[in-house]
Amino acid sequence: MSLSAKDKAAVKAFWAKVSGQADAIGSDALSRMLVVYPQTKTYFAHWKDLSPGSAPVKKHGKTVMGGIADAVGKIDDISSGLLNLSELHAFTLRVDPTNFKILSHNILVVMAIMFPQDFTPEVHVALDKFLAAVSLALSEKYR
Amino acid sequence: MVKWSDFERATIQDIFSKIDKDVVGQAALSRCLIVYPWTQRYFGSFGNLYNAAAITSNPKVAAHGKVVIGGLEKALQNMDNIKQAYTDLSVLHSEKLQVDPDNFKLLADCLTIVVASNLGISFTPEVQAAFQKFLDVVVAALRKQYY
Repeated sequence: MSLSAKDKAAVKAFWAKVSGQADAIGSDALSRMLVVYPQTKTYFAHWKDLSPGSAPVKKHGKTVMGGIADAVGKIDDISSGLLNLSELHAFTLRVDPTNFKILSHNILVVMAIMFPQDFTPEVHVALDKFLAAVSLALSEKYR
Repeated sequence: MVKWSDFERATIQDIFSKIDKDVVGQAALSRCLIVYPWTQRYFGSFGNLYNAAAITSNPKVAAHGKVVIGGLEKALQNMDNIKQAYTDLSVLHSEKLQVDPDNFKLLADCLTIVVASNLGISFTPEVQAAFQKFLDVVVAALRKQYY
């Protein structure tokens, strides 16, 4: 299920529209993940405050969206482009890859809430494929 | 038996009272057929599903969207015993329709996204959790009679 030229164009166009709100998107997506899928909290036991919109959640949401922005820029070769991030996730963070799907889902939910007109079914499928490609790239170095 | 908190019960009732049922069913089903095109395998008799525009304007998809929402309302009316209420529906999906049960989650995800875009910021993380829990229970009930 690789990204077609049409998918890449859709992702870039949509990203151009929404990237100004990247921090808010990241914070909301992460907040939702921690509330709706509480098992994900196990990765953040070292944070003082895991509640929606808290300082550590906001900060980390920004970090995550920075990675997404990077991937958009490297959309023609996501797996080589994200090698460093993959090593980080594989050897240091060791996040179980099922969680990438969970966070991706919550990013899509936030897009639907914040950009209901622009998040059409065509954009949805392109973004879903893109996030799946990012998730795959992140788990590249796992084993 | 599934335990529902007062918040969850109230929230789920509230969601169904607020959404436009005619629109949400159609929007979720068409989104599912577009985003996960392999799900089209179950709708061979629906005519033109050739592209997103065709799917979105397909009257059979719209009609079936209403059927799906009707099914969810049945769960809503039987929240304390969805498994029991869904026995026949589960048998139908397994034996007659022969739907791969993994597909239920795909439709559930599309429903979440459509309801989210419908309700906007009032679809808070807590509301999302309640709604997704409801859909998880519905999906489990639909899977129950398989093989």
